[in-house]
Amino acid sequence: MEEILFYIFGALAVLSAAGVVLSTKSTINSALYLVVSMLSLAVLFVMLRAEFVGVLQVMVYAGAIVVLFLFVIMLLNLDEGDMGPPSQPVLKAVGAVVILGATVKLASLLRSGPRVVPELPDGFGQVREVGTILFTDYLLAFEVTGILLLAGIVGAVMLAKKTVD
Amino acid sequence: MEISTITISLFLFAVIALVFAPIMTWVERKQSALMQDRIGANRANIAGIRAIGLLHPLADAVKMFTKEDTIPSGSHRLLHLLCPFIATVPAMVSFAVIPYGGSYRAWGAEWSMVVADLDYGVLYLFAVGSIATYGSMLAGWAGNNNWGMLGSLRVSAQMLSYEVAMGISIVGIFMIFGTLKLTDMGVAQQEMFRVLGFAEYFGWVEPGTAWLGWVQLPMWGLLLQPVAFFVFFTAMLAENKRPPFDTPEGESEIVAGYFVEYSGMKFGLYTMGELVEVVVIGGVMTAIFLGGWSIPYLSDAQVIGGLSQMFGPNLGNVLAMIVHVSVFWAKVIGLIFFQMLIRWSMPRFRYDQVMDLGWKILLPISIANVAITGAVVLWIRGLVG
Repeated sequence: MEEILFYIFGALAVLSAAGVVLSTKSTINSALYLVVSMLSLAVLFVMLRAEFVGVLQVMVYAGAIVVLFLFVIMLLNLDEGDMGPPSQPVLKAVGAVVILGATVKLASLLRSGPRVVPELPDGFGQVREVGTILFTDYLLAFEVTGILLLAGIVGAVMLAKKTVD
Repeated sequence: MEISTITISLFLFAVIALVFAPIMTWVERKQSALMQDRIGANRANIAGIRAIGLLHPLADAVKMFTKEDTIPSGSHRLLHLLCPFIATVPAMVSFAVIPYGGSYRAWGAEWSMVVADLDYGVLYLFAVGSIATYGSMLAGWAGNNNWGMLGSLRVSAQMLSYEVAMGISIVGIFMIFGTLKLTDMGVAQQEMFRVLGFAEYFGWVEPGTAWLGWVQLPMWGLLLQPVAFFVFFTAMLAENKRPPFDTPEGESEIVAGYFVEYSGMKFGLYTMGELVEVVVIGGVMTAIFLGGWSIPYLSDAQVIGGLSQMFGPNLGNVLAMIVHVSVFWAKVIGLIFFQMLIRWSMPRFRYDQVMDLGWKILLPISIANVAITGAVVLWIRGLVG
């Protein structure tokens, strides 16, 4: 059962992620593919017993960030004509190389990695556990992320203020 | 989870989803009539039986199902079809984490009054609630209508803005109860605190003075976090997009906003979703702020123990369950009336007023609330040791 669900949602995540890039009809469609991809990822997180991360994935990415994307797309009212810059061969080549490298690395990791999943510790993936790890082992990363977001907010305010003045 | 738990919870769930929405339309009509000194809906009848207007929801259903289902030309057909469901289903699945009662033991089985007792219960509510945004914001776009588009922009901006205030306002509650689980919150709210206890701390009276314990209040979220109660409640009302926060619909400005292109039962689904959401808001507010299923001054153990002594352990537990579920729904019904009261007594806010309220008033208040609550919680923990 779990295996079937994994393949369904794994395929859905990958296909919809491809759909984000390949769908050319309208930007809204791309954004909607992104939502499907996010939701499938959330399901995968839940199946990996990382339920808290899964629900955050739905809440933050599918529920807030892509809504914001859609809002901006609707506000700008993009037509088919202005679908971004023309094709960039250099970037495409770089992208292809990176993807190829990542695939090879991933394949070798999967080949050599442990087959047996270790027993999960008590309370794994629950709110208290994730919170404890976040505020002890990864405190620096957490605070740096906070500062990064603060910088983003200040930058947005500055840009908005300029147009108002 | 055991079979009995699932069946009884699912039964309650089905009752709510299928019966509450139609009855809510009746409640809304009758309460508005009461407030405006009218009689209200009472004409629908079957063979002369009017049943105080309770047949109107049935008439509504017949009317909506037999209406023409219009699909505007140039619309995105799939999204146009899906949107009413995306908007309605989240409101219904929200009931999954709301506890209607504690847990009871009868005939060797554990009866728990919540469908899914999730560790991240409140976040689940936020997550499904944020998905509902799509149902509303894509509806206007999919219908290929300018008014709908304006409604979509308004709905997405409004729902995003109030999600921020909603999320931050509730953090104080998490700090106090130390959990995100709604059943744990329900249990925690059965505790008592001494209102005059601070006098002992400041040394105004001898420690252990008897009259300090005379005035006790239950640790309800409303009493411990009154600011959070009002901010969260306001944000929830705004998320529901009913008056006075119905700028996305705004029939005097943008016809019907995001669902302007919907007819028949698809239109009905939006109304139904909003009304079910009214019940959800009542349930969430009750579970977090009004002590859930508990009766003030009577803990679960006291109720179950007392009834068990009178009627034996099995029947006693079942009776306690019935009492608790009734208490829970009594609180919810009170909140539903309160929401209707707001809906029928306030004029619609202007769009910029809605945005100002969210970003400039509710958000700063809730951030201040988090800071102050955090400081106080740390201070009290330091005292206790």
